[in-house]
Amino acid sequence: MTPPIEIQNLSVAYHKKLVLTDIHYTSPKGECIGIIGPNGAGKSTLLKAIMGLLPLATGTVLIDGQPIKQQRHKIGYVPQRESVDWDFPTNVFDVVLMGRYGKLGWFRRPNRADRQFAMECLEKVGMAELADRQISQLSGGQQQRVFLARALAQEAQIYLMDEPFAGVDAATEKAIIHVLHDLKQQEKTVFVVHHDLQTVEEYFDSLLLLNRKIIAAGPTKEVFQIDRLQQTYGGKLTVLSTQANAFMVR
Amino acid sequence: MSSFWIMLIGSLVASSCGILGCFLILRRMAMLGDAISHAILPGIVFAFLISGSRESFPMLVGATLVGLLSTIIIQWMKQNGVQADAALSVTFTALFALGVILISLYTRQIDLDLDCVLYGEIAYVQWDTWQLGDLNMGPRALWMVGGVFLLNLLIILLFFKQFKLTTFDPALAAAVGIPVAFFHYLLMGMVSLTTVASFESVGAILVVAMLIAPAATAYLWTDRFHLMLSLSILFGILSAIGGYLLAVPLDASIAGCMAMMAGILFLFSFLFAPRHGLVSKWWYQRKWYSKPQ
Repeated sequence: MTPPIEIQNLSVAYHKKLVLTDIHYTSPKGECIGIIGPNGAGKSTLLKAIMGLLPLATGTVLIDGQPIKQQRHKIGYVPQRESVDWDFPTNVFDVVLMGRYGKLGWFRRPNRADRQFAMECLEKVGMAELADRQISQLSGGQQQRVFLARALAQEAQIYLMDEPFAGVDAATEKAIIHVLHDLKQQEKTVFVVHHDLQTVEEYFDSLLLLNRKIIAAGPTKEVFQIDRLQQTYGGKLTVLSTQANAFMVR
Repeated sequence: MSSFWIMLIGSLVASSCGILGCFLILRRMAMLGDAISHAILPGIVFAFLISGSRESFPMLVGATLVGLLSTIIIQWMKQNGVQADAALSVTFTALFALGVILISLYTRQIDLDLDCVLYGEIAYVQWDTWQLGDLNMGPRALWMVGGVFLLNLLIILLFFKQFKLTTFDPALAAAVGIPVAFFHYLLMGMVSLTTVASFESVGAILVVAMLIAPAATAYLWTDRFHLMLSLSILFGILSAIGGYLLAVPLDASIAGCMAMMAGILFLFSFLFAPRHGLVSKWWYQRKWYSKPQ
């Protein structure tokens, strides 16, 4: 069986400075995988490199055994909320419909089936009533759910989510967990860049500990260990209590 | 008849610019329109020198290429560590200066003076007609700006979803396989072409007003993208016609009055637009604060 994502000898540079080096990774299928690491560890860069949005200094990335160019339709993307201008003149439904654009090719326009599907995706994140709302009037959590619905509208096999849990309200957190659960049931593979160490064991089957290179990767039970986390965070991690699973990242 | 031609040509210029302006504003590139409109000047002069006439076609092509070239230079400088606004300003002033030098050097060969370059001569476009055999086809400028308007409209309608997604979320656009750089340069090419085509009528400086003001005004009136595009055309036409009607009794520069009118429409909308205007914002705030807690 070919793995959903296979990375070999990957390194990525920004302005001639290496951000990621020597990444070798083979992802499990149908799991929810957390990408954990400090600020500047290259987590978002890794996602972008997987999608082919950045030039690779070295190495290859294979999606289902093939280069990304032929496999773009298999990937759904949830960017960081701050990456777009929420004052753009459009409404919630329209943003979700943008998730269909990749499937439409050069000239086709979204048809009735696309619209219906987009609406179903909005329902899945509990935002159907807000379909007509101007996007500048959404709360942070609602913005995040719109992006999640848009990624669902992409009907992908692999989902890459960049900090979907960052600064969201309880309702949104629940909605995201619900969606992650659903995706797992459909045998989809989901990567989530994540910051909150308290919830790691609860959310993820596997982990990828990252700090410019891969510190550890594997099932959460094996990888989520204090020494490895300290290695990942490079002395910026204070363990308050192992029983209560309390950590503080400086 | 002459007033009709002037208003029609002005409206077509403003409509073309208005549509493109919507994209420039939403991409935070308003200044790039300014840059391109100045940078095309040497292209226009070169085309005059090479073709030896005011034939429109070589001028369109030459100047559009120089406009595109300027955006490539700006992009290249940015990638190599020059600050974005510095890269932009250096490029367009240098190219514009090159154009000014060329005009002053070859002033006898080319029938082109700086006033006309800067402010246009829309009052005279009606005399420069296009003769097809014995047939008088009307003002040549009309065919030029009309053709460019239709071309812009066609391209935008054809690639509406690509332009929209690359504007709103370029990362997702790239992720689903839309060639983001191609659409960036296509847009820049359209801006170049449009400013070249408009420049004879309204000049290099006032075309900037038409690129930005109607689109910025439209942005204040709606929360839907396609409505913003339509409204920018409407405000462009209102500016052109209103400007002409203002210029006639004042006996003032027609292009100047059109740009001025675009500014007035913006100011009015900035104050009184239903949701984004200052007055309504103030009104809602007052209502909110005076609500019993």
